[in-house]
Amino acid sequence: MITRFLWQGMDRNLRLFILLVLAIGILLPLSNQLLPVGSAFRAPSWVLQLVGKYLCYASLALAVDLVWGFCGILTLGHAAFFALGGYCMGMYLMRQIGTRGVYGNPLLPDFMVFLGYKELPWFWHGFDHFWFAAVMIVLVPSLLALALGWFAFRSRVTGVYLSIITQAMTFALLLAFFRNDMGLGGNNGMTDFKDILGFSVQSDTTRAMLCFTSALVLAIFLVIAAAVVGSRFGKALTAVRDAESRMRFLGYRVEGYKLFVFVLSAAMAGIAGALYVPQVGIINPSEFAPGNSIEAVLWVAVGGRGTLIGPVIGAFIVNFGKTYLTGALPEVWLFALGALFIVVTLLLPKGVVGLWNQLNSRSRERRARAVA
Amino acid sequence: MFSSRPIVVLLSTLASLLLAGGAFAADLATLVANLTLGGFSERETAITALATSGEARAAPILEALAAGQLYVRTSDKLVVIGKTDGNRLALSEAITGKAAGSAVEADLERVRVNNRLRGTIEAAVGSLTLMSPSPKVRLDAAEALFKRRDSTALAALDLALAAEKDQRIKRSMSEARAAIVLTTPESTPAQKLEAIALVRERADRDSLSVLRAAASSSEGEVKAAATAGAGAIEQTLGAWQAAQNVWYGISLGSVLLLAAIGLAITFGTMGVINMAHGEMVMLGAYTTFVVQDVIRTSAPHLFDVSLLIALPLAFVVAGAIGILIERTIIRFLYGRPLDTLLATWGLSLVLQQAVRSIFGSSNREVGAPSWMSGTFQLGQLNITYGRLWIVVFSLIVFAALILLLRRTSLGLYMRAVTQNRPMASAMGIRTPRVDALTFGLGSGIAGLAGVALSQIDNVSPNLGQGYIIDSFMVVVFGGVGNLFGTLIGALTLGVVNKFLEPYAGAVLGKILVLVFIILFIQRRPRGLFALKGRSVE
Amino acid sequence: MKAPHITQARTTSALLYLSGVTVSFDGFKALNNLSLLVEPGEMRAIIGPNGAGKTTMMDVVTGKTRPDEGEVVFDGHADLTKLDEADIATLGIGRKFQKPTVFENHTVRDNLLLALAGQRSWYRLLLATPTADENRRLDEILAIIRMEPQQHMLGARLSHGQKQWLEIGMLLAQDPKLLLVDEPVAGMTDVETETTAQVLKEINRTHSVVVVEHDMSFVRALGVKVTVLHEGSMLAEGSLDQVSADPRVVEVYLGR
Repeated sequence: MITRFLWQGMDRNLRLFILLVLAIGILLPLSNQLLPVGSAFRAPSWVLQLVGKYLCYASLALAVDLVWGFCGILTLGHAAFFALGGYCMGMYLMRQIGTRGVYGNPLLPDFMVFLGYKELPWFWHGFDHFWFAAVMIVLVPSLLALALGWFAFRSRVTGVYLSIITQAMTFALLLAFFRNDMGLGGNNGMTDFKDILGFSVQSDTTRAMLCFTSALVLAIFLVIAAAVVGSRFGKALTAVRDAESRMRFLGYRVEGYKLFVFVLSAAMAGIAGALYVPQVGIINPSEFAPGNSIEAVLWVAVGGRGTLIGPVIGAFIVNFGKTYLTGALPEVWLFALGALFIVVTLLLPKGVVGLWNQLNSRSRERRARAVA
Repeated sequence: MFSSRPIVVLLSTLASLLLAGGAFAADLATLVANLTLGGFSERETAITALATSGEARAAPILEALAAGQLYVRTSDKLVVIGKTDGNRLALSEAITGKAAGSAVEADLERVRVNNRLRGTIEAAVGSLTLMSPSPKVRLDAAEALFKRRDSTALAALDLALAAEKDQRIKRSMSEARAAIVLTTPESTPAQKLEAIALVRERADRDSLSVLRAAASSSEGEVKAAATAGAGAIEQTLGAWQAAQNVWYGISLGSVLLLAAIGLAITFGTMGVINMAHGEMVMLGAYTTFVVQDVIRTSAPHLFDVSLLIALPLAFVVAGAIGILIERTIIRFLYGRPLDTLLATWGLSLVLQQAVRSIFGSSNREVGAPSWMSGTFQLGQLNITYGRLWIVVFSLIVFAALILLLRRTSLGLYMRAVTQNRPMASAMGIRTPRVDALTFGLGSGIAGLAGVALSQIDNVSPNLGQGYIIDSFMVVVFGGVGNLFGTLIGALTLGVVNKFLEPYAGAVLGKILVLVFIILFIQRRPRGLFALKGRSVE
Repeated sequence: MKAPHITQARTTSALLYLSGVTVSFDGFKALNNLSLLVEPGEMRAIIGPNGAGKTTMMDVVTGKTRPDEGEVVFDGHADLTKLDEADIATLGIGRKFQKPTVFENHTVRDNLLLALAGQRSWYRLLLATPTADENRRLDEILAIIRMEPQQHMLGARLSHGQKQWLEIGMLLAQDPKLLLVDEPVAGMTDVETETTAQVLKEINRTHSVVVVEHDMSFVRALGVKVTVLHEGSMLAEGSLDQVSADPRVVEVYLGR
């Protein structure tokens, strides 16, 4: 039954795409580990790190797409869930530093020693265990999404109202996490990580494993998303997106549908954030900046909202452009980003995947006409 | 502490002041020259002589002496006052106060004083100011005495009180006297009780500390009276504090109103959420900067009216850009509010980066004209002119907007298009034109807001970012499509914010307000003053 | 599925019972002390000039608008003023809007599946597939509305007429006890109006129906009891001939 559930939403293209993601996630790290340095086919470590980062972004984009593309909720706060997951992972990594910090305090992370903490704040307990951190990575973003969604969906806050509320949420978290007395590193956040599960975060092997894990997680997310979207639940979900009040008059409790995808999506974003942190080596409050969330929305828009492949492609395209432009022409990047928002909404509302489908169906029609 | 020397000096000083121009009078030049001669004891006599001379120059000369700024120029033995100016001293003649060039310290000889002399000078100057011909100086001296509670001044105060005619200054002096009485151990309980009653009526922060000190240092009836007095003052002060918070809240609310009112038009009447609204505010602020920059270089005398010049310009600049945006982007997105949101966000990034490229990313200096700087006191309220003008300005903009909507044909068209677009169109109203003008109006008002905000916020490319969420909250809280709701919403949120701040801190206060609004939208999704009925759907 | 809020034992034999219902918007009374009874199996036509409160009445019955005062009871025991749209729909009240609304990104068959009475809870639907019974029912309905060939076509690609039929199919799938129909023949030709009247009569064999309509010839074709609303209250009730003979009705419709 579960296998049928998992297979029901997948078409051939999606299966191929998932295989492609897995292939990247396996071949790149393998080439890095097995081939000799200097080989033309060996992926250098920085490529692993970059691809790993993009894969995490792609998972975040997929999470955004689940709520926006399939349920019509334009979330402007998903980076908050991503960052919360990241902070949970960051707390675990901080506890792993142990006595290797600058102050060598076995219990307190450096920033706490610096700020004059005498003992570990209560919410830090347990984060020395990976399993505990892993549970929190899923739980914290989910619970926040549950609380927000519960209030918002029940009282039928929709459209731009909901969007602004999600933005306000991430903005409030941004302000909160900037405070030193949050006990989470304040302005500077957390960095200088040493180990994850006993392996050095700096080593190439760990990098390779993290890159592979990111690809695996993305692939799993794609399978889950496809299953949800392809189920009868998914049909009802897109119907809610298209005509919410009609669904109510048909007897559907719309709130439950929205809440489920919202929480699911927040959990996915949290996991993506948790994988992201050890790969970039830092987590700080700027991850909560409203701009980050809305950029994630752009990835989805560029790739194609309401499709499963689209957000992954969009995340890769936009972030590749960002990496390139911020390096080569930094002052152009924001112009390009801003223009991309405008161009995509005005000219490419269905994104790259939509364009592809359109071209495809046109050429198919032409071929059909030629045959006739 | 309670040495009798200064008092004797003072008494003689005061007595002679009353007889100004009498027996002790000598010519100023001699008096000043005497200051520079002899040892410390001769100098003390000279100080007293100068203080009792009744000369107008006595106070500045004595102050300079106390501050170690009185010199004798080695070359010509002229007594001068020297103020540090770079590594040289700017000189002025002690006797006339006229500028006398500058010199390095090596060319001068300082007239030295010791601590005891400083005490003498201070007392002498204090009494000089208590008897000054200028009422303002006398009042300030009395107020300063109230704060210092300098028991050595008691005798001087009594004399000054006897001579004082102005009721207000007289009151201030008797309050100062009461405060001194309370700190003087020799005072009788009866004197102290009388003093407590007097101080209690004053009811401000200083009198509170006087009474608290009295309560802790005394016993029995006096202690009880002082404690009761302090309690009463605390209550009064609490009320003033609340009033001050209300004022801060209104001040913040007026800023919110200015930022939100343009959004209330574009979102409220057109349903367009313009995420670049904050950038329109920013453009208004930069317009102000450019205007001031031009004025500084080419017409400095116009600086005081720079904001008045900037207002129409900011309106036109932001309005024109608004119209341009509506015609080139937003009109293609009507009926797709979420896409509008994304596109205008992109636009805001472009505008920010454009401003950053032109003006740089650092803060730009925008000055305050003289009529907007300074503060005044209203009871215990501190009110800055800048904030006051912003409150007034926001109300003017609000009133003007209401008039525009109610009394002009544009307003009529706007309301018609809002209520029933097809019908308005059928009646010959050119709806696209009305849309463009409405959007231009909303943006223009944001530009006006930018002029005002340039006075209280950093003028940087990020200026607008902070305002979009707040503005949106105000509009939603007040009720979409209802301008009076926006007014009430802005003021309420401003006041709530300021009342939360002391308890929760600025950041947590802001978070609490956000949470409050989120919860509020749960209960009343259409805001405080919702328009009910079918047309809303 | 959560049990609907049953507030009291059955108190009336009427299927739909409105008593003293008042709804005001900013002082304007859209419904003013309205009382109305619809018996099981009945078809009722509700007419009235613009602004008489017809749509507001529908909104109150379907839970979209809460009345300020008054009782609304369905099937003798369910207090509709305490329930929301989804509860009310689950109780068996269907609503057809004036403008046909089908789910445009779903196929015809999926549209019917979404409307099909039964499964509504999100967690059950995650793992549910259509049962054999459900598939049979879908096939039946597709046959009735003659849309078997189009069953895999997206809603967006249907013609206006096909959408009307699909919506009727969705109402059949929903199988409500009471069907509220809002101006079904607005903008239709005479022939289409005639057909629609036939379809409604057909539906009325197994369902109670309330029709709100402007079109007098359509109401005449239905040949059912008529309630005339005016300024939010009931003005007259009876056969069409009776109410059109009522001088007050004539005054409201023709003016002085």
